[in-house]
Amino acid sequence: MSYLATDFEPLPPQAPEAAETLTPSPPLWRLLLGDVRACIAAVTVVAMLLLAAAGPWVWPQSPGTQWLSQVSVGPSGARTVDVVPDDPWQGPDRAVDSLTALQATTTAVKLAWPSLPTAVSYRVYRNKGGVGLGMPLTETPNTHYADHLQLSEQTYRYSVVPVKVDGTTGEPLWIEVNPRLTLGEFEAKLLGLVPENGQVSLPAHPLGTDALGRDMLSRILHGARTSMLVGLTAPLLFITLGAFYGALAGLLGGWVDNVLMRFADFVVALPFLLFMILFRVALGIESGESGLFPMVLAMVLLSWPSAARLVRGQVLQLRESAFVMSARLAGASNFYLIRRHLLPNVLPLLLVSLSFAIPQAIFTEALLSFIGMGVVPPTPSWGTLCNDGIRSMLTHPHELVIPALAISATVLAFNVLGDALRDAMDVKVRRGVR
Amino acid sequence: MLRYVLKRIAYGALTIWFIATATFFAMHAVPGDPFNSAKAATPQLRENLRARYGLDKPVSEQYVLYLKNMLRGDFGISFTQENRRVNDIIREHFPVSAILGVVALLIATAGGIAGGAVAAYWHNRLPDRLLMMAVVLAISIPSFVIAALAQLFIVQANDLAGRSLLPVAGWGTLSHLWIPALVLGLGTMAYLARLMRSSMLDVMNTDYILTARAKGLGTWQIFWRHQLRNALLPVVTELGPTIAAITTGGFVVELIFAIPGLGRYFVQAVQQLDYTVIMGTTVFYGAFLVTIVVIVDLLYGVIDPRIRLHGGQR
Repeated sequence: MSYLATDFEPLPPQAPEAAETLTPSPPLWRLLLGDVRACIAAVTVVAMLLLAAAGPWVWPQSPGTQWLSQVSVGPSGARTVDVVPDDPWQGPDRAVDSLTALQATTTAVKLAWPSLPTAVSYRVYRNKGGVGLGMPLTETPNTHYADHLQLSEQTYRYSVVPVKVDGTTGEPLWIEVNPRLTLGEFEAKLLGLVPENGQVSLPAHPLGTDALGRDMLSRILHGARTSMLVGLTAPLLFITLGAFYGALAGLLGGWVDNVLMRFADFVVALPFLLFMILFRVALGIESGESGLFPMVLAMVLLSWPSAARLVRGQVLQLRESAFVMSARLAGASNFYLIRRHLLPNVLPLLLVSLSFAIPQAIFTEALLSFIGMGVVPPTPSWGTLCNDGIRSMLTHPHELVIPALAISATVLAFNVLGDALRDAMDVKVRRGVR
Repeated sequence: MLRYVLKRIAYGALTIWFIATATFFAMHAVPGDPFNSAKAATPQLRENLRARYGLDKPVSEQYVLYLKNMLRGDFGISFTQENRRVNDIIREHFPVSAILGVVALLIATAGGIAGGAVAAYWHNRLPDRLLMMAVVLAISIPSFVIAALAQLFIVQANDLAGRSLLPVAGWGTLSHLWIPALVLGLGTMAYLARLMRSSMLDVMNTDYILTARAKGLGTWQIFWRHQLRNALLPVVTELGPTIAAITTGGFVVELIFAIPGLGRYFVQAVQQLDYTVIMGTTVFYGAFLVTIVVIVDLLYGVIDPRIRLHGGQR
């Protein structure tokens, strides 16, 4: 079989392949600016850093102050409440004809009930919603009782059960009470609030309070400081250390390189937790003191090898590369080579590792604080906040959800930023192959 | 090839020795000894205790004894639990961690490979976007929060069903295993899915896939025989570190789900400063991980001939 010229058709003219033309790549920041995810992530990261740095000035509430009348409440605004005296109650002025709440405040719920002829004493119960008797409060021969026990603004069902001489119980009386938020005189004094016309103003709790009545927003902000402190210091230090170590190994080469990198391999295998504890003990830190410094120390001393490997690989590659050789031939000094070729090639890579190391460190801090090896109770950290939140997650989920969201959002932002950085530097992605 | 294998094994043994030595000297660098508080009421008692645990000998002698015992697989006696040998603790609790770890690893690898392959196959379409979103979420939520949420979920599900579908915590039956294993494997699954996806995408753009398509192979066959198998290679290398992450990360899950595994024991020993248990479990874990990494390295050489060649030349 043979072909004739008419069997063929010329191809339409094609544009030269784009990949072949060499154009200088735009600077990294411009590539990132074009990436919506990266911008959102960067804004989140900056916002978190600002909040961690300036939080205590923006929201000057102390993370340790306990608002005992507002335990585990949801988001609430600022309000003005009455200050009530908390003197012992001697009973009502006159008899009542049914179970009555003479005062219903979070400082005290004062109950009085009519005397029943057959009863010798009365048992008082309190239930948070529901129809059962609930928690027993007291058994009293009187016909009145003042409840001071951790009251908050919610519906309580009080039951009074009369007890007869033979020990049998009669039909319970019950009443539903919605206490009004007030502050006892003593509590007001303790909190340093001076009443004006018998009233004080309580600050807002935009994120509610925790199980000990502490303001969640201020705890989150102070916790951010702990998390960010560890999350930023440790990676910055170990990546710097690793970079210098790797550069040294790569530049010296030969058997020095071999020994240095073998040592790095060994360090990777060392158990982190053990060394953290070791530093803790060696620095004379007792079990009730903050373990943040040994934590950072252990992270720095054990996590540098990955950065070292990265930099060493780059240095070795660059040493062999044609452009470094030609620069050398042209008489470039070592300093010039490091400044002009090594740093611009290595820094973006280190930036990527940093953006992945930071969330890792934040996680580690949270995890160690979670098991009690990190910060100690009065100081909040996102890990301890989650730990506290888990205990009350069934009844007050916001106490777990808010710190968990804070960790997740920060870690997510750093991860997305790292991804975007890596993509921006990856030639394949830039050409649109992926 | 033999030389490469021997070299890897010798290197692994050296690493284990390094871990053991570093652990030993780290523990002995700590000022004071475990018997300076309430336990040793009189100097005589203290001397007896020190003699019992061999702490009265010079450090060099202790070190040699420690290495010798370790070679025989003897990690000594617990400091806080009377007469309990560290070996017994490991023998009793490690299988629990191992079962949990293996199941978690299976779930993670299966889920990660499948997820990554699906995401790559429908690249930049809905399944890909959904999966990658899930991956990013799984990476960004701390494991203890996921564990707590999983427990909450079990409670709600049991409430809804009106009977106990799954136990919330504890250990003993198969139904105790699934949720903790899933929680433990989730992070790894996400990581592997991501790795698998990018490796699949790399493979998809290669010439041999084009060749396979050109010679008329079906999509399924290309996917199964060429893409998946080649894309698995980088995932296999990551298995060593992955196993490490799962076994060492297990303690949070063990703590929250009240599983009597070695990880939980380790944290407890750490909190009570039980030196022999800490040293024993550390060296045991270290040796275990190094062995796994060496095995994975050797397996990788079997799977990918290029590594074997390269390793042989070195």
